[in-house]
Amino acid sequence: MHSIILKTATRLMVGLILVFAVYLLLRGHHEPGGGFSAALVAGTGFALLAIAEGPGTVRAAIRLRSTTISLLGLGLAVAASLTALFTGQPLLTGIWWGAEAKPWIGTPILFDVGVFLAVLGAILSVLLALEEF
Amino acid sequence: MAITDNEADSRWCNRIGMLATIVPAVLFILWCVCWPEIVKGRVLVADIPWMPSFDLSLRFRLDGLSLLFGLIVTGIGTLVCIYSAAYLSGHRHCGRYFFYLLAFMLSMLGLVTADNLLLLFLFWEATTIFSYLLISFDHESPTARENGRQSLLITAAGGLALLLGILLLKGAGYSYVISSWTDLSEPVSGHPLYPYILGAILLGAMTKSAQIPFHFWLPNAMSAPTPISAFLHAATMVKAGIYLLMRCHPLLGDSHLWTVSLATIGGITAVWGAAQAIGPRDLKRVLAYTTMMALGILTLFLAGRSTAALTAAVTFLLVHALYKAALFLAVGSIDHQAGSRNLNEISGLRRTMPLTALAVGAAALSMSGFPLFFGFIGKEIMYAGALAEELIPLLAASTALVANSLMTAVAAVLAIGPFTGPFKAIRQQVVEAPWTMWLGPLLLGGLGILFGLIPGWVSRALVEPAVNAFHPNGEEVRLALFHGFNLPLVLSMLTLSFGIGAYLLRDRLHRVLIAPLTGLPFGAEKGYYGSLNRFMKGSGTLTEALQNGSLHFYLAVIIGALIVAVGWPLTGGVLGWVDFSSPLPDPAVLALLVFIAAAALVVVTARKRLAAIGGLGGIGGGVALLFLSYGAPDIALTQLMVETLTIIFVSLAMLRLPAIERSRLRPPRRRLGDGLLSLAAGTLLALLLMGIGRVSLDRSLTAFFEANSYLAAHGRNIVNVILVDFRSFDTLGEIIVVVLAAWAAVTLIRKPMEP
Repeated sequence: MHSIILKTATRLMVGLILVFAVYLLLRGHHEPGGGFSAALVAGTGFALLAIAEGPGTVRAAIRLRSTTISLLGLGLAVAASLTALFTGQPLLTGIWWGAEAKPWIGTPILFDVGVFLAVLGAILSVLLALEEF
Repeated sequence: MAITDNEADSRWCNRIGMLATIVPAVLFILWCVCWPEIVKGRVLVADIPWMPSFDLSLRFRLDGLSLLFGLIVTGIGTLVCIYSAAYLSGHRHCGRYFFYLLAFMLSMLGLVTADNLLLLFLFWEATTIFSYLLISFDHESPTARENGRQSLLITAAGGLALLLGILLLKGAGYSYVISSWTDLSEPVSGHPLYPYILGAILLGAMTKSAQIPFHFWLPNAMSAPTPISAFLHAATMVKAGIYLLMRCHPLLGDSHLWTVSLATIGGITAVWGAAQAIGPRDLKRVLAYTTMMALGILTLFLAGRSTAALTAAVTFLLVHALYKAALFLAVGSIDHQAGSRNLNEISGLRRTMPLTALAVGAAALSMSGFPLFFGFIGKEIMYAGALAEELIPLLAASTALVANSLMTAVAAVLAIGPFTGPFKAIRQQVVEAPWTMWLGPLLLGGLGILFGLIPGWVSRALVEPAVNAFHPNGEEVRLALFHGFNLPLVLSMLTLSFGIGAYLLRDRLHRVLIAPLTGLPFGAEKGYYGSLNRFMKGSGTLTEALQNGSLHFYLAVIIGALIVAVGWPLTGGVLGWVDFSSPLPDPAVLALLVFIAAAALVVVTARKRLAAIGGLGGIGGGVALLFLSYGAPDIALTQLMVETLTIIFVSLAMLRLPAIERSRLRPPRRRLGDGLLSLAAGTLLALLLMGIGRVSLDRSLTAFFEANSYLAAHGRNIVNVILVDFRSFDTLGEIIVVVLAAWAAVTLIRKPMEP
């Protein structure tokens, strides 16, 4: 699509959308957000980019292949699930690090990042395939 | 089999074969180290919790019975590995072969040491799968593939029956832990579920151990490489069913139903297998039928309750494993060296293959039950066991007599046919097989003699611990070479003379008695193919009816099913719940509802795709706003984003299609039908939701999450905490599904259009 307005707006918007996605992802544990919604937001950002600049630009921007991103996400989620086994607890038990009362990072957050990457990879796969069809 | 003459391949194959041999050899030594302790009556147990909520633990237990099976599996496994290195020399898929073989062996070891029924079932299915891979190892041959599929279908179906039996047993209140069964106060046979439990478990055992009417996969499984047949279809896998029967004996074996069904099935299988074994000219097929006979005999004796009968079963198990593995390996050598294993094409090999001939001779004498051989002792104890039975002494003894006589005749066929007479072979030059290939048969054949000479030791160190493991009443039955002049000895002599008679008359016997039976228009195998064909045809018809390619039809089916499934229970007065007097929602929500309805109207009446897509987006956005107005920002956010992406994807796909043409619109009558269906579904769901609103909600879950989400999972957003912590197993499954679905979609999108 050749539209100066769309292209210019996209340049401004994509970065904002992606930053917003990361913000949603990280705040998800306490406020509305989380891996799934963040992946959808990021996916929308890439969709905008793909419509304005073409799928080639998206491919160049993400560098990794979309399937690799999905696999990375699944791997991260599985790794987060398995961590508990090393401490002798059942699979998928949340392990937290940091202060006793207010820990700041734990496997559920890693798991959420895994969800984010897996879903984002899935969206990108379908998006790019449809755009290049 | 595709044998290439590539030097490098051949060296690689030898090396990987020798590497693979290390595994069973080490395990065999390990088993031998445990041996003295087990004989003294100690039991080794390892118990690692796995899934306590399912009562599934990695509980392994080494007792007399596991020891015997383990020694057979690892001992014969070692010889088979050594043998295979030479047998498969130069084969392209050597690595794959040894991987399957070792994986199978480890699953078999797991099966015989598992002390938890569920764990046993897991190993049981693993042996099924690896045996399927091994039977269809020569995967370029359609016959091998078909035979592999047949064995998989039959044994896996039996496996499902076994699982059902295990679950029923648990449902009846019995433990999964096998070793806890021997000290039950009351046997299961009084329980109302007993016949179903027994039936299901027997189905599993019968399919695995090729009992009639599921026997036919075993002869067909002979398309596997010969060492595989020796290992799987003689010494190990088919015995898994027998092992299961032995393990279940203390729990289930205390009823007439058990005795009668096992005796009938086992007796028929034994006689039928032995009779069939006389006919074929292919040596491997002959061996397959004799295996069937052996499995039948084992089942027959497990029907019994006396120590003598069970001792007979365990002894014969060992006798059979030794001679059958030796014979299979030797037949493999003959095939490998002479180029054929068909009795019509080979003879007089005794000079060129003396060591193989020696091994076959020893194994065949043991098989026929010749005095001084281990087989003789096996047969003596068999007759003694049969006569000791309360219920069926005559039936058991006469069945054993018929089967054993035929077996003697078959042993003579095996030992005499290929080795005597003038020299005849497909290859011009026949030489003795390399040492790796005669070592196994000769060793196993030799053990048949050695064990025959030291029956006291065998009974003390192998048979008695095994019997005691599943029949612990302390009674002793010692094996001995000579029990004195008694009925079993007379029966043994009768067997030998009948056997010689049957050998001399074998052709006539086959022509008159057996051949007409095999030509019958009905039978188990024909039934199998018939039902398989009908199943394929039926599912083809069903698929064509349901998957007709019309998206319209699919949606109509889905919505119709929804209306029936949800509407049906509602007809029973649930409509009374709905309260139409509830107050109107506030104006903002009302305005949203009007907006959504207008958007829906746009979708239905749109003449352009883009307009319809826009309308859909409007509906989705409106619903998201509804969520927001009722205080569910998480869901609203997700809904909005899903809606946005859906619109993008749908437009990307739809805008590439040609414009809607007036002529291709559906006729008005069908549009009316679609409209009515949609209205019905919408009304139904609306009523349902209104009804649900009237039911008082169970707040206990909400209370739990409110109380625990911050304290236990350190998160204030309950929705997110549920997703990534409390129910993260579901989420893990879901993201896997999402990724797989996306890949599938990509494959479909990229697929070139069919013209």
